[in-house]
Amino acid sequence: MTTPQRTGPASGPAIVTRGLTRTFTAKKRTVEAVRGLDLEIERGELVAFLGPNGAGKSTTLRMLTTLLVPTAGTAEIEGYDVVRDQRAVRRSIGYVGQGNGAGHQQRGRDELVSQGRAYGLAKAEARSRADQLVAELDLGEVADRVVSTLSGGQRRRLDIALGLVHSPGVLFLDEPSTGLDPQNRANLQQQIRRLHTERGTTIVLTTHYLEEADALAQRVIVIDHGRVIADDSAARLKSSLGDLVTMGFADPEHAVLAAGRAAGRRPDAAVQRAGAVVRVRVAQGSELAPGLVQDLAAAGAPVTRLEVAGPTLDDVFLQLTGRSLREAGAATTEPSTGSSTENTLEGAAA
Amino acid sequence: MSIASDTTNVLTRELRPLVREPFGMLISLMQPLVFLALFAPLLPDLGPATSALQWFVPGIVAMSCLMGSSMVGASLTQEMITGSHERLLVSPLSRSSLLIGRALREIVPTLAQAALIIAIVTPFSFDLHLGGVLLGIAILALFCVGVGALSFALALASKDQEWLFWTVQQTVIFPILLLAGMLLPVDDGPGWLRFLSQLNPLTYVIDAERALFAGSLPLVTVLAGTGAAVLVALVGLTVGLRSMARSS
Repeated sequence: MTTPQRTGPASGPAIVTRGLTRTFTAKKRTVEAVRGLDLEIERGELVAFLGPNGAGKSTTLRMLTTLLVPTAGTAEIEGYDVVRDQRAVRRSIGYVGQGNGAGHQQRGRDELVSQGRAYGLAKAEARSRADQLVAELDLGEVADRVVSTLSGGQRRRLDIALGLVHSPGVLFLDEPSTGLDPQNRANLQQQIRRLHTERGTTIVLTTHYLEEADALAQRVIVIDHGRVIADDSAARLKSSLGDLVTMGFADPEHAVLAAGRAAGRRPDAAVQRAGAVVRVRVAQGSELAPGLVQDLAAAGAPVTRLEVAGPTLDDVFLQLTGRSLREAGAATTEPSTGSSTENTLEGAAA
Repeated sequence: MSIASDTTNVLTRELRPLVREPFGMLISLMQPLVFLALFAPLLPDLGPATSALQWFVPGIVAMSCLMGSSMVGASLTQEMITGSHERLLVSPLSRSSLLIGRALREIVPTLAQAALIIAIVTPFSFDLHLGGVLLGIAILALFCVGVGALSFALALASKDQEWLFWTVQQTVIFPILLLAGMLLPVDDGPGWLRFLSQLNPLTYVIDAERALFAGSLPLVTVLAGTGAAVLVALVGLTVGLRSMARSS
C-alpha cells in the first residue's frame, strides 16, 4: 500500500465522544440505544466494539459517521464535530457498512472510480487509485463484472476497497465479517490487520464475534445496553479472570475433598462444587492443575476427568453482565449452530 | 466540491448501467411500442383530415415517461436494501446532488423513448413537426424530473419496504393517467370527471403536447402545460430534497 497517508488536523486523538447519547421513540416508548458514551480513541488504534445485537454498537457507529444525529452529547473525529462539521468528518473517514457499498447493478471498478471522484480525485487519479485497490484487494478478475454476480466474499472486499479509496485516516467497519464463511473471514481479518500495520490507519469495527475481537483488536470496548462496561486489551480483560480448571470425580466425597485442597493451595481461587464436579477459577490455573491432580491421587481421591480452559471474552462478558454473549446474540439472525466448528476452523485458517 | 460536480458524479453513476447494458433499456423502450401496436388499430377512423395517431402518440409518449419516472424510486429502494445508498450518504457528496442527479437521469429515457416512438410512427399517418415535438418533449422532461423526484421521495419514505413503494405508486399512477385523458378523451365524461381532470397537472401537459406535436402553438395551452410541468418539477424537487436531507 503505497499511497501516502492522509492526515487531518496535525495532532490530537482520532475520536473523542462526550456524553454521546441517542434515543429512539417507537410506539410511544423511548429506548435509549446509547447512553452517555465517553470515549477517547488515539490515532492508529485498532478498536473493536463488542456486544450482543442491540447493544448500541451500530448506533454509536452511525453517529460517528454522521448517519445519525446524536440526541445529546458530542463526538469529534480528528477534531471535527460530527454535527457541525459533517462534511469535514465525511472527508476524514472511510465507512464500510453492514450492506454492500457497491450498487448491485454497477460494475465494481466503475463504483471505485466514481467514489474517488466523489472525494475530489481528478479523473486520472481516480482511475489509477481504483486499479491500485483492485490489485491490492485481489479483485482483478471480478472488478469489471456486475456486482450482483459476485460472491459474498468478493463483494465484501469491494466494499472495503470503496471505504479506502480516499485513504481515510479513520476507517469504520460495521460488522465486517457477518455472513462470510470462515475462510473469507480469515482473509478479511488479515486485510484489516495489514491496513492497520502498513498504513497506520485508525480502525474501529463492531462485531459480535468474540474470536474476531480477540484476534484482531488491540483494544476491546465491550458495550451492553448502550453503555461501555469494559474497555481494555483482550489479553488484559481475560487475564483479570484467570483459567477455569474443571475436575470430575467418581464420588462426590472426593469432590468435597478436592474443593478443600484447591482452596487451601490457592486462597485467591474461586471454587465451586456441583455433585462430583469441581470448578476452580484461578490465575495460572494450568500451573496449579498438575500438582493438585497428583496430590488428590495420593489422598485417595483420583481425578477422573480434567479440563483447563483459558479465559475467553465470553467469560469476561458473562462475568460483567451475568449473561453469555453467545446467548445474548443467539436470539437474532445469527446462526447458532456451527459456532464451535467455526472457531476451530477460524483458528486454523488464521 | 460544488453541487454541480457532485450532481454530475451522481448522474454519471446513474447513467452508467444504461450505457454498460443498453439491452435492458431497449427492452423497456419496446413496451410503449407494443402498447401502440395493439391500441392504435382500435382507434376510430377520424377521416382523412385528422389522424387518430396524431392525437394518440403524444399521449403514449407522456404515458411512457410517467410510467418510467414514477418507477425509478424502486432503484433507490434496492440501493437502500443492499447498502450502497448508505455508502453515498456517508460520502462527501451533497444530499441535494444525490436527489437531483438521480432525477435528471430521467430525462435520458424520456428522450430516447420519445425519439423511438416518433421515428416509428412518422412513416404512418403521423405528421412530424420537429420544432413542436422538441418543445413538447422539453416540457415533458421537466415534468418527468418532478415525477422522478417524487418517486424517490416515496422510496425514501417507504425505506426498505418495497411493497409499500409499489402499492402507493400503482394506486396513484393509474388515476393520474386516465384523468389526463391520455387513452380516451375526458371531454365527453360527466362533470365530476372533468373537474378532477382539471386538477390534474398532467392534463395540461398533455394538451400542450398534442398541440405542439400537431405543429400548432396555441400560447395559452402551451403556457399552461409548461406551468404545470414547472410546478410538478418544483414540488417534486422540494419534497425530494427534504426527504433526502433527512435520510439516514
